[in-house]
Amino acid sequence: MATATKTQQISIFNTNEPDKGKTKTIYSIENFNLWYGTDQALYEVQMEIPENKVTAIIGPSGCGKSTFIKSLNRMVELVPSVKMSGSIEYKEKDIFSPKYKVEDLRTDVGMVFQNPNPFPKSIYENVVYGPKTHGIKKKSILNEIVEKSLRGAALWDEVKDRLNENAFGLSGGQQQRLCIARCLAIEPDVILMDEPTSALDPISTTKIEELVQTLKKDYSIAIVTHNMQQAARISDKTAFFLNGEVIEYNNTDKLFSNPDDKRTEDYITGRFG
Amino acid sequence: MNLVDKQLVQRRMNRRILKSRIMRQLFFLATAFGIVVLAVLLYRIFSEGIAYLDWEFLTSFASRFPEESGIKAAIAGSLWLMVVTAPISLILGVGTAIYLEEYARENKFTRFIRMNISNLAGVPSVVFGLLGLTVFVRLMEMGRSVMAGGLTMSLLILPIIVVAAQEAIRSIPKDQYEASYAMGATKWQTVRRVVLPAAIPGILTGGILALSRAIGETAPLLMIGALSFVAYLPENIWSSFTVLPIQIFNWTGRPQEEFHLVASAGIIILLLALLLMNSIAVLIRNKFSKRY
Repeated sequence: MATATKTQQISIFNTNEPDKGKTKTIYSIENFNLWYGTDQALYEVQMEIPENKVTAIIGPSGCGKSTFIKSLNRMVELVPSVKMSGSIEYKEKDIFSPKYKVEDLRTDVGMVFQNPNPFPKSIYENVVYGPKTHGIKKKSILNEIVEKSLRGAALWDEVKDRLNENAFGLSGGQQQRLCIARCLAIEPDVILMDEPTSALDPISTTKIEELVQTLKKDYSIAIVTHNMQQAARISDKTAFFLNGEVIEYNNTDKLFSNPDDKRTEDYITGRFG
Repeated sequence: MNLVDKQLVQRRMNRRILKSRIMRQLFFLATAFGIVVLAVLLYRIFSEGIAYLDWEFLTSFASRFPEESGIKAAIAGSLWLMVVTAPISLILGVGTAIYLEEYARENKFTRFIRMNISNLAGVPSVVFGLLGLTVFVRLMEMGRSVMAGGLTMSLLILPIIVVAAQEAIRSIPKDQYEASYAMGATKWQTVRRVVLPAAIPGILTGGILALSRAIGETAPLLMIGALSFVAYLPENIWSSFTVLPIQIFNWTGRPQEEFHLVASAGIIILLLALLLMNSIAVLIRNKFSKRY
């Protein structure tokens, strides 16, 4: 049985021969501008985010990297004064089109925030929040989701005996992995991470970085970080933002070893920022 | 050369410390004043009223004779009033607060509404009584019923509940909203599953405090004409009724000295009711308040 599916997969793979080696684009952003009231935060952003890769976004504080990643799932619109122009397409669909419901987009695109933000509920209830939101009520399915998601976030072994305890009893690093599990529970295609390790200690940070490496097999990940070593360690592509502009967007190896732009070089060598 | 003269600093030291101590005593006196007055009041009421306070007092109706006077009708009336006021004011108040905090766009109109809700909390209760008399008793022809009284009281405490619920909702950290929205939850799902559970302790605390104000209010019910001599229990929300403060008010207005003592006994009951409600509010706040 298992072998049969395997050969099937291979045959499908073979028919896609022309695409082999080419990575698909999941997000394409064109001429994207964003204003908070009258202050422009993003200028003419032009980027393509590849599928099943880790894309890092680096830059000094206030350069618009968080604003940018929050635009990808339209969370930035929680700020009432936001205005935007240009286009962001997710899987070739315009995310700002009235036909594309924002709830739908956010079901496909999960997000992990800078500070761990579990709900004041049990670990179990935190993980099933998303699935329940989407109408999954069956206990057996929910149980399976909880185990799968917590395993996916490398937290299962630590919490499997206390799923009904309050999530606030976990350490900061565990809480952040719980938030990742909660995000995995809705089975998204993309995970956006907004400085997910900036509030964590080095050991928790390492765990999350390792987790990102395993997750990228199944998910496309965009991660904002102000830690350049982290970007260099975990990402395939890196975008360098400065004052709301994309200065350079390149393969991570290239960007960190031989950047095209002088400003990128100044930043990664620590001359400013 | 030193800019700070150490000797001068030393000389001023004692004076500064003394001043600090004097201020401490002054603030203590300010607090003590209120407490002493309250203690005197409580002492007077208890020493006068305790003699009349027995089971019979709780279970008999008002009477022409002070020894036979009881507070049964007033207790029942106050309870009936709560039955009408509590659900109406809580549902309308929390609904208003959710709309203002979650749905309403920030513009001149909502700012105007917000400001006026706070202003409404300061409107004298007699004015609400007049409103109740005009709208509920006369215009809607409810008569001098529990329903009319309860609706009037709901209006009176509505602004307090709205403000308390708004505060409770506003104190929820923004990252809780983000977590919910980021998973594709709708606004209503977020309100129901994140906002309300987190805000409920604050809402209940504010709600109970507002209701305890409603229990103690006299003026609006005098305006709409709640009766002061009732020798029966209200049967439904359309019955006429009396409440604790009106009964007490009535007793204190009698010429016979003994009725003043009966009034004191009534005040003890009212105070106990208020104390009970406020304790429940504190209990809820301590037990359910969430830490983030």
